[in-house]
Order: sequence, then C-alpha cells, then structure tokens
Amino acid sequence: MKKKGAFIFMIVGLAAAILISIRVGSVSVSLQDIFQAFTADSKGTAGIVRDIRIPRILMAVMVGANLAVSGVLLQGVMGNPMADPGITGISSGASVVVMIVMLYLPAKAASLPVFGFIGGVLACILIYSLAWKQGLSAVRIILAGVAVNSMLGGVTSLISLLNSENLQGVLSWLNGELGNKSWTQVKSMAVYTVVGLGMAFLLPRCCDLLALGDKNTKSLGYNPNILRILISAVAVFLAGISTAYVGVIGFIGLIVPHISRMLMGSGHKSLIPFSALLGAVILLLADTVGRTVIAPYEIPVGVITTVCGGPFFLYLLRKDTKGYGN
Amino acid sequence: MEIRKLSFSYGETDFIKKLDCGIERGKITTILGPNGSGKSTLLNLLVKQLKASEGDILLDGKRINEMKVKEIAKKIAMVHQQNAAPTDLTVKQLVGFGRMPHQTIFSGQDEEAEETINWAMEVTGLSHMQDKCVGQLSGGERQRAWIALALAQKTELLFLDEPTTYLDIYYQLEILTLVRRLNREYGMTIVMVLHDINQAIQFSDNVIIMKKGRVCYAGDVKNAITQERLKEVYGIDASILWNEENGCPYMIPLVGAGCAV
Repeated sequence: MKKKGAFIFMIVGLAAAILISIRVGSVSVSLQDIFQAFTADSKGTAGIVRDIRIPRILMAVMVGANLAVSGVLLQGVMGNPMADPGITGISSGASVVVMIVMLYLPAKAASLPVFGFIGGVLACILIYSLAWKQGLSAVRIILAGVAVNSMLGGVTSLISLLNSENLQGVLSWLNGELGNKSWTQVKSMAVYTVVGLGMAFLLPRCCDLLALGDKNTKSLGYNPNILRILISAVAVFLAGISTAYVGVIGFIGLIVPHISRMLMGSGHKSLIPFSALLGAVILLLADTVGRTVIAPYEIPVGVITTVCGGPFFLYLLRKDTKGYGN
Repeated sequence: MEIRKLSFSYGETDFIKKLDCGIERGKITTILGPNGSGKSTLLNLLVKQLKASEGDILLDGKRINEMKVKEIAKKIAMVHQQNAAPTDLTVKQLVGFGRMPHQTIFSGQDEEAEETINWAMEVTGLSHMQDKCVGQLSGGERQRAWIALALAQKTELLFLDEPTTYLDIYYQLEILTLVRRLNREYGMTIVMVLHDINQAIQFSDNVIIMKKGRVCYAGDVKNAITQERLKEVYGIDASILWNEENGCPYMIPLVGAGCAV
C-alpha cells in the first residue's frame, strides 16, 4: 500500500513537473497557450510550446527514465550500488562511436541509436574484462571505469581536434543537451525507449535472483553469467540510445536508483518502474533549472547533473556499500 | 548417486584424484575431513557448481554433465555455506525463490507454489514469521529460512555445506534435528558437510571421510570413527567412548597430559 502511494505520488509529480516545465523559460506560457498548442495550428507562444518545449520535455522524460533504469540494471548485474552508465564508461563508449558517425558518416545519422548501442557494448565488454576477477568488486569497476573513461575521453579530444572546424553541433551534444530536438527525433527515440524499457520490465526476477549470489542462482537452475549478459545488454541499450540523442548525462543512473532503493526497497519489481518515473522527474527538473536560472543563456543538463551528482557519488563512496544487501 | 573416477583441479595439479564412492538413497550421508581435504569441493562437484575435469557423476543413472542446471535444480537442492540476501526481503519472499526451478525466469507462477512455500515454512517452523524481514532474523532463523528455500524446490535430495557453522550449540542441534526429521519423515536423501565428529556420529547413517582429496572411508557410520582413523586423518589422539544415554559412541581428543581441572 505504501508502495502504491509512492507510485501515485510520482506520477502526479511527473505531471506537475511537465506542466511547470512547459510554462517557465525565456518566454512564459499561459495555460491557454498550452491548450492552443494541442488544438490549433498556431504560431507564436503556442508554437514555441509545440515545437520547442514539448519535444524537449519528452526527451528529458525518456532519457531520465532510460538512464535511471540502466543504472538499476547495472547495479543489479554488478551487485553494488556504484555502477552507473557514466561512471563505468558505457556512456563514453557510446558517445565516441556516435561522434565518429556524426562527423565522418553524416548519412547514417538516422541510425545513431544503433551506433550508440554498439559503442556501449564495446565499452561494457572492455570494463567487464578489466574488472572481472572471480566476481566484480566495486573498487575494480570504478577503477576500470576511470581507465576506460579517460581513454575514451582522450579519443574524444583527438577527434575534436581533428574536426575543430565543424564541431559546433557536436560540442553541445557532447555536454549532454536536451534542446533542439525535432519531433522526428522524439518519435524515433520513443520507439527505442518503449522497446528498451519494455525489455527492462521483463527483468526484475533476473535481478532479484542474482542478488542471492552466483551459487544460489545456479542451485536454483539458472546460469548467473547468462543472466548478467542479458541484463547488461538491456542496460547498455538504454544508455546507448540515450547517449546517441543527447550526449553524456552523468550520475542520473547513480542517484535515482539509490533514492528509489531507500523508498521502495531492493525488490526490482517496484524498483525498476519507480526508478524510471523518478529519473524522468529529476532529469526534467534539472533541465528546467538549467534553462531558466541564467536565461536567456542555458546550462547544459549534463553539466547540472555532473555538478550535483559528483558530491553524491563521493557520499556513496564514503558510505558503507554493504547496504546493497550483502 | 554414483561417483566414478572423479577428478578435479584448482589450477595445475589434481586436487581430487580418481575418486569413487556412492550416496545411498533415503539416508543421511555426512562428509568429514580436515580443512582443505576436499569436503566442500566434493559437495560442489556433486551439484555441478564445480565442473569435474574427469570422471562421471550419475544421478538416477544419468550423467549430471549432460543435465541442464535447471534439471539438476529440480532433483537436488543445496544450502550453501555462506548466503547473502537483500535484508529487506521477507521470509516468504526468500522461500519463494525455491520455486524458480519450476518456473521461467520472466514469470513467477506455478501451480504448486503457494502450497509448497507454506509447507516449507511450516516444516522449518517459520510460518509465524513469514512477513519478517531476513535482516531481522537471528542466525538460526536465517539458516532455517535458507533450508526452507531449498525445501520449496521439492527435491528428493538435499545438500548442506556446513549448515551449523556460525551457530551456537543450541541452534546447531536445532538445525541437525530438522535435517534428521526431513530424512525420517519426508524420506529426503541428505548429504552434508560437518566439522563436528560427534555430531556426524549422532546424526548420520553413512559417512565419507576425506583426506587430501581422497576418500579414506565411505560407509556405515558405526565402523567409521576409530582411534587409528582419527590419527590417520586428523593426526590427533582421541578416546572413543560409549554414551549409555543415547546409545552412541563419542570421541574426546586427548591433548598432552591431564586437563585443567
């Protein structure tokens, strides 16, 4: 019952966040304008709502949900709360491949999410092989993540230098940007998101079983490593498609699952959907703050999440990670 | 269960070499031996947690190497030595995982689930605390909860790896009495690893005594524990005495001269 209440609260919260986000910004919007945006083929304020704000909001909601769920799944796979697509380097892997395609194969722009997924998979394999030694310890994952992240950061800088003349669009994307998305992009992102989250909602029992340890997973008739590959694939997919559209947005996959776990407990049946909702709300609020505090200028949402998420990461690092359930 | 010429190695040299023995159906078999003798390794080989490098293990005449993990999970349940679960899991939820071999990974339903889970909790005396969180249980209760999980698998064989470690003597006896009841009342075949020789004498039908990856003795518990064998396997001197009250022999190690009293 308590859980049901939390879900209702989050859904109401998401609706409220969407409404607030539509109304505030460099142009204030009245409720009437919002109504008009959906009904009439109008220009002016209603046009701003329809063609700029709503696509941006939908993007924030989807990316927030995807990254949060990706974090939950990675934490389930690795059995510790420090895993997140950003820290582990999965997002960087996706971004390097996407960046290469953007700059050298612009004709393939429509299939960027696929390349994001491929990049994420490559980074994920690299991290697992670096961090694996009779299981995955938090410390080794973070160290491997640091190594992979800085390596890929170097690659990103190199590519940037080589392409400094036509880097403008790529640069804002690199910092994690939700703005300037067309309805076409939003629609195709929606398709990928439905697929990714749909798969994630099939996985709670896999994650719950892994939480009992490899030996018990096997005693109960399932191969823990096959479950790991399955869950990782979905997590990388969610992070990869998000990175392809909006660049690297860090720490959502770290903070959101942590708060969700405190509120909903460790069972993934509620943890996954709740994290999706909370991730959507938090990223949307972060983006709304980013584009209003110093309007008409904008702070990329990736910068905001990193500035707020960094200290949180340090707090988690200090805290006893035994809380994960072991 | 038949074990034929079983070998296993951690790294280069064979740790277990061409081991032959059998597990008798409907009996309690205890594996004894000093630290590092291969007790737990043998137990884990029998349930395919570890993979043998050579030899066969036959379960109902079928080689377990050719069986899927899920198929094995329907025949053998195992309580591991160290177990961890999210602390906010309830007892009933934990026991519910025992149904996984009979379900698919995506949906948690099977016809006998509710009935079997309730039975497993009743047998282990956990029914009244089924909604309690695992993190709030005492050591003995937690061990019973893991046994209940294994029981929910509804297997004929139950394996326990040092089920009494970390428990005080009261809970040790509670667990062993429960194990005996599972054997006597429900006809389960039990295979367990124990450290305490006296408990092994009291609670087993058969014993397998191991030393350095080899079997020194396998068979009826009655003839198993002798002064010579204790000297050979553990390198200790001991007296074997007879206890009139329960009709069991027991052993007392002798260390140097006299005692502190």
